[in-house]
Amino acid sequence: MSTLEYRPVDFHLEVDPPTFSPPTRREFLARLGGGIVVFVAIGNLATAQEAFRAAGERPRPSLPTDFNAFLRIGENGRVTAFTGKIEMGQGPITSLPQMLADELEVPLDTVDIVMGDTDLCPWDAGTWGSMTTRFFGPALRTAATEAKAVLLELAADSLHVPASRLAAKDGVISDTQDPARRITYAQLAKGQKIERHLTVKPTLKDVAQFRVMGRSVLRRDAREKVTGAAKYTADIRLPGMLYAKILRPPAHGATLKSVDTSAASAVAGVQVVRDGDFVAVLHELPDVAEGALEKVKADFDVPPPHVDDKTIFDHLLGMAPAPTVVNQGGDLAAGRQGSTRKFSATYLNSYVAHSAMETHAALAHLDGGRMTVWASTQNPFGARDEIARALGLDPRDVRVITPFVGGGFGGKSFNLQALEAARLARAAGRPVQVMWSREEEFFNDTFRPAAIVKIDSGIDAAGRMTFWDYEVFYAGDRGAAQFYTVPNHRTASSGAGWQGPKGSHPFGTGAWRAPGNNTNTFARESQIDLMATAADADPVEFRLQQLSDPRMIRVLKAAAEHFGWTPAKTPSKRGYGVACGIDAGSYVAAIAEVAVDAAKGTVQVKRVVCAQEMGVVINPEGAMLQMESCVVMGLGYALAEEIHFKGGEILDTNFDTYTIPHFSWVPKIETVLVEANDIPPQGGGEPAIVVMGAVVANAVFDATGARLLQLPMTPARIKAALKAV
Amino acid sequence: MPDTISFRLNDRPVDLKVDGDRPLLWVLRTELALTGPKFGCGSGFCGCCTVLIDEQPTRSCLMPVSAVAGKTVVTIEGLAQDGQLHPLQKAFMAHDAMQCGFCTPGMILRAWGLLHTNPQPTEAEIVHGMEENFCRCGAHPRIVAAVQTAAAEMRGGR
Repeated sequence: MSTLEYRPVDFHLEVDPPTFSPPTRREFLARLGGGIVVFVAIGNLATAQEAFRAAGERPRPSLPTDFNAFLRIGENGRVTAFTGKIEMGQGPITSLPQMLADELEVPLDTVDIVMGDTDLCPWDAGTWGSMTTRFFGPALRTAATEAKAVLLELAADSLHVPASRLAAKDGVISDTQDPARRITYAQLAKGQKIERHLTVKPTLKDVAQFRVMGRSVLRRDAREKVTGAAKYTADIRLPGMLYAKILRPPAHGATLKSVDTSAASAVAGVQVVRDGDFVAVLHELPDVAEGALEKVKADFDVPPPHVDDKTIFDHLLGMAPAPTVVNQGGDLAAGRQGSTRKFSATYLNSYVAHSAMETHAALAHLDGGRMTVWASTQNPFGARDEIARALGLDPRDVRVITPFVGGGFGGKSFNLQALEAARLARAAGRPVQVMWSREEEFFNDTFRPAAIVKIDSGIDAAGRMTFWDYEVFYAGDRGAAQFYTVPNHRTASSGAGWQGPKGSHPFGTGAWRAPGNNTNTFARESQIDLMATAADADPVEFRLQQLSDPRMIRVLKAAAEHFGWTPAKTPSKRGYGVACGIDAGSYVAAIAEVAVDAAKGTVQVKRVVCAQEMGVVINPEGAMLQMESCVVMGLGYALAEEIHFKGGEILDTNFDTYTIPHFSWVPKIETVLVEANDIPPQGGGEPAIVVMGAVVANAVFDATGARLLQLPMTPARIKAALKAV
Repeated sequence: MPDTISFRLNDRPVDLKVDGDRPLLWVLRTELALTGPKFGCGSGFCGCCTVLIDEQPTRSCLMPVSAVAGKTVVTIEGLAQDGQLHPLQKAFMAHDAMQCGFCTPGMILRAWGLLHTNPQPTEAEIVHGMEENFCRCGAHPRIVAAVQTAAAEMRGGR
């Protein structure tokens, strides 16, 4: 084993194209028993490919076309949806059954959902990119619509009434002319073994017909979560299981020179597993295993550090390949010539950690040649394939089950802990749980990459944008597209991709809630703001003047109206900031009010109004909760979160130095959902977070006249910027 | 090394033969087969492992099990009485005051301690009292609202 084992596996290299075919419908049917089962394929695979591209991922030519969603109507009348998506707090455990109940005309409480089990659920690429509602939702609704058609046909036969005369409601089909003639879904499903495979897209319900969708319903997991009954991966217990603690190097890139495990082995009940550099200590009690690991004496070769959190930006720019043009139009040279004012700025953003409250956990059990792994993962099928490959197993002999996930934010897309548990379970011959300590979590995290954006732009005498030359390094182009009207523009991206070019990042990097877009929106909206200031314009009016997209105009106006915005030149000393963004198909505009303590360099965000247009809304309460969540989490990367490091050594190891938002940081948050029922449902888990860096930076400028070009806006950076005013 | 340690856990007597230096969190999660107290950081920063010891919210990851001898320990599993959810549990549900739910047991028990000493807290007192319990999902505004609702219900008398 080389030390590369400690690095996150590049998920895309592992499964794109997938090495293994997904289980077939026949296999699923055998597992499911009787009832009515309906399979559907996502109607438009090109759309799914676009979604991957929009999410900053490479398109996957090998997405399965066989089926993506299916549901079963059991002989007891209960309906079960099966999905490879997982529940990590974002709410599909509630919103997907809402969709199903509505289209199938059954009460919501008769719908069950099975999530993230690779033996029972159709193949899925992973839960990220705010794609569950946008892309899985329509497939599930289609399956439900088709299932209803099957039930109506069966009822027509059974009741001897033409299907056109029948109506379905609350799991019962009745004759509209003689309501006493009725039959339940349960009766119809009895003794059936019907399989439908749908390729033609049926008509889904119109918003006006929604009965369950579009309403706020109680979270289905709420009771379990407030009573402690909800099971997360580390809460799963198996007889004879051992807890593992794994030896970690002091820095990424370090190699193990020598190791002495004799003192650890001497602890009663301890089992030591060694496979090259991979050293683990196992015991029936996790704290005893941890104590024994401390007795392992290890000597590592640590390469001298070449870069740290101060020098990283120069390092990254030095390593950056030539930017690729993502989008361009007009003539930049002509635009420059036609400018009365030109602006040039460089924006910096730092590495940030995912810091889910649940650290990575997995429990692996090898039984009769079959490996079952419970894992906290956003990507159960990826985990299955990685485990199969690493252990030389047939993927059909690997089952990954996903209990509740205690937060993901992109950080649980890699599955190192699941691989570790599987290797150890095989080595130990007993079930093994791996749950990372907080220190391991910070060490093994795939941080959001540090990034740089350089923007040259200009305005004419009338305050209209003349040109926009935008280069983003290492964040990727999600959210980089210019949506303001500017005749001459170029947007280019360099060093994109989760891990960047080889040798660029000194440790693992990856997706973090709305990858790249946080950086791109911070840079774009800061630059727009500084141009508005130069044009002596109000920042809301300046934006409206340069906007032509009606969706963005609507959300910005909604935010301004709700906030009670009155026009003023900046800095107005009011501490008001505005920012707009587009992510996962949704449009967001936020306005913040801040107070800056100049002596301490601290910022208190007092109020945030966030308006979002996300097409049809399935669960309004869930949507607003996600917006609030984005505002709060976004305060972290705006004001405090930043990984400190020296070479491959991560200096932040716990929450003493790495600070995430606390209760006292939280402003008064007002969310506004802008109705757009003519637009299909768009993403909701990520969009509102993208505006948080810029909206706070712009408000700090409005309060103080100090322009912050680097995130996070720590007290030291704010004090330095104030000095420069 | 093993000592016999006796305490009350969720209204039941417990007599354990256990090394008294072991962290209470891991004793609860292994010997006592509970899962409500969560491991979050192992250093007392985050509050996911919060339990009540003699009605005081306490971080169980840093507390040796010997320290609870003769005391009363309540975990989230012990908060509901006779199948009736505590007002805090009901209020957390009603306000959607959770997302991933991993911090929820610790949040509810921290809030229980807050309301025990201050039945009528202001919003600022709730924020101050909950400050050192972390939630990464950003459910904070709803948690504050849930604590207010529960406080009102508890003052109204159950």
